Amino acid sequence: MADKQYNWSAIAKNPKFLELHHKKTTFLFGWWIFSTVFYFLLPLGAAYTPTLFKIQIIGRLNFGYLFALSQFFVSWGIAMYYAHVANKDFDRLTRELVDELK
Amino acid sequence: MKKILIALTLALTLATFAYAAEPAKAPSAAAPAATTAAPTVAPAASVAAPAAPVTKIKANKVITIGMFSVIIAITMGVVVWAAKKTKTAADFYAAGGGITGTQNGWAIAGDYMSAASFLGISGMISLYGYDGFMYSVGWLVAYITVLLIVAEPCRNAGKYTLGDILSFRTEPKKVRAVAALSTVAVSTFYLTAQMVGAGKLMQLLLEIPYQAAIIGVGALMVVYVVFGGMTATTWVQIIKAGLLMTGAALLAVLVGLKSGMNPLQFFNDIAGSVNIQDHVQINLLKEAIKTEGFDYGQRFLEPGLLMKNPLDQISLGMALVFGTAGMPHILMRFFTVPTAQAARKSVIIAMFIIGGFYILTTLLGFGAAIHVTPQGVAAVDKGGNMAAMMLAQKLGGDIAPVVGDLFLAFLCAVAFATILAVVSGLVLAASAAVAHDIYVNVIKDGHADQHEQVLAARITSVFVGAIAIVIGIAAEKQNVAHLVALAFAVASSGNLPVVVLTLFWRKFNTAGVISGLVVGTLASIGLVMVSPNMTYPNKIADDAKKIYAPLEKKQAEGMVLTEKELKLVVDKKAEEAKNRGGKSIMGLDKPLFDLKNPGIVSIPLGFLAAIFGALLFPSKRSEDMFDELYVRQNTGIGMAKAVDH
Repeated sequence: MADKQYNWSAIAKNPKFLELHHKKTTFLFGWWIFSTVFYFLLPLGAAYTPTLFKIQIIGRLNFGYLFALSQFFVSWGIAMYYAHVANKDFDRLTRELVDELK
Repeated sequence: MKKILIALTLALTLATFAYAAEPAKAPSAAAPAATTAAPTVAPAASVAAPAAPVTKIKANKVITIGMFSVIIAITMGVVVWAAKKTKTAADFYAAGGGITGTQNGWAIAGDYMSAASFLGISGMISLYGYDGFMYSVGWLVAYITVLLIVAEPCRNAGKYTLGDILSFRTEPKKVRAVAALSTVAVSTFYLTAQMVGAGKLMQLLLEIPYQAAIIGVGALMVVYVVFGGMTATTWVQIIKAGLLMTGAALLAVLVGLKSGMNPLQFFNDIAGSVNIQDHVQINLLKEAIKTEGFDYGQRFLEPGLLMKNPLDQISLGMALVFGTAGMPHILMRFFTVPTAQAARKSVIIAMFIIGGFYILTTLLGFGAAIHVTPQGVAAVDKGGNMAAMMLAQKLGGDIAPVVGDLFLAFLCAVAFATILAVVSGLVLAASAAVAHDIYVNVIKDGHADQHEQVLAARITSVFVGAIAIVIGIAAEKQNVAHLVALAFAVASSGNLPVVVLTLFWRKFNTAGVISGLVVGTLASIGLVMVSPNMTYPNKIADDAKKIYAPLEKKQAEGMVLTEKELKLVVDKKAEEAKNRGGKSIMGLDKPLFDLKNPGIVSIPLGFLAAIFGALLFPSKRSEDMFDELYVRQNTGIGMAKAVDH
């Protein structure tokens, strides 16, 4: 394994790698920014729009509580979606690239 | 030799607990909320509370010590098994890469969820309602950064430590030395907070002397790490995560049953509780007279009872979101799995466990508020740390007194396992930085055979553990709550920026790593040193005055004070006299920096320093090697097999 020498800059210019790199970057940073913005809406909302957070939606359950709870489901959702895309697209592209280099 | 040492430690630890079984001589001092990472110091919530009869939590010694012994015995079995498998450096630091994704997911959860999240957050919810729940959210969201940005690249490009990743395309010796220092700093801060918290907790639960608790916990953690390395540490973390989830789920079911398993009924019970309504009115909103028509119970489910400063909240959120992914003991977990796919799977499993746990914690916190009452929780511990324990005893006791004792003992054992798992992970991370980065790669230029590497790692672990015990004992009376904030601040401002830039930015280099780590770390430490986390004697004096001044005024108006009130006046005056004119450690009258969490300032500073450092001293070699690192981190081609050589 360690004996094999790779031409790294050639791999970096390989169209397969460029496609992988492009897809991954867009996906990862895009969803990271989304999740971060969504998370910071919670402390910001609690501090600056308390009236919104106090609105009771179902029985005693208010918007603020449901919004905080939704953070858990959104995080899990992003994680599952990422796993789906990575298993399907990123791993396939990686495998094809590795096969090409053999 | 090994067996003798294990037997010795076992004997020592059991002796510690046997000593505990004797009727306690040391009265358990009012334990400060050392185990919580609470962003705000809890006000003395019990002051205005109706006379609470219980001020101590009583665990059944025989059952509790029995359960502790079972946990110690099982984990020792794991150590003996793991020690046989630990032969090479890869075995010691990364369990030979033989941990599966699912196992690693449980281990990450076990590594991450400290006693502070288990006891502290349920306590915060029981005392402050909604804000405690909101506080818990950031601890899960932080894992999105771990999943998307660091987990897989670290598995693909790393080997055992943070230094391995950072030194890939830089001048290895300098970078490893600085990275090791930063790892040791983060681990020491976090470890000290955990050790002191552990000591206080064991003292409170078992009424054993503080020193004995620290030595007992410390001895066990050293044995796990020294003999079993990463394999034993991983399994201790997995066992702990399983116990923690079982305990939390059982207790949540009991809470649910009380409200007929109906969520809406549960929230009606919260808002309808007279004790909670009084607590909100008198202790939290400080209203002596009830405002007619105001729904104090519903107010408990709304934000703003604990977190008054949104900027501090955001700053804490930033420290979590960036800091978790920069924690060396968390990063290290990704080197134990064989592939990037397994690393990915492990983070996702960890996210479900951690998230599920925090949702259960909400039930426990609110459940404690309903069934134990906030006043009752605060009477035992002002920070609320005993809320979950008291709830277990109460709800179990409602079935039969012995069930209450059993359940409480079980949760004590869970807390004990929790502490052990977290401190072991930290000792291992710190030892890896010293032994692998500094000794093997800086001092010995990487020329050390497997035997020597493992020996170095073991000796280092003994030292790290011994130092942790000494610091833990020395810091008994210190205010350590800020150390958790500090650990996350350094990880988020020092470690994370340089990890991300190393992995994703072509122009990054040695100068960037060093300036980023140094500035990020120093800025965090500096800001925390002048923050409200430190003790300001003048502020204590002012607070004391606030309590006795109205009483004196009452006296001046001709009213007669009760004996208790007179004593309070004398005590508080003495407290004022003692503290007035004093300075903080930094010689300050009041904080220079108003936030408890420096992240909002120190994280941008860390990034800027790393970027400017790299731009000022460009390195052709680092740029040329970017392609290699970038291809490796994305694809895993040429991955350092954990089972090297």
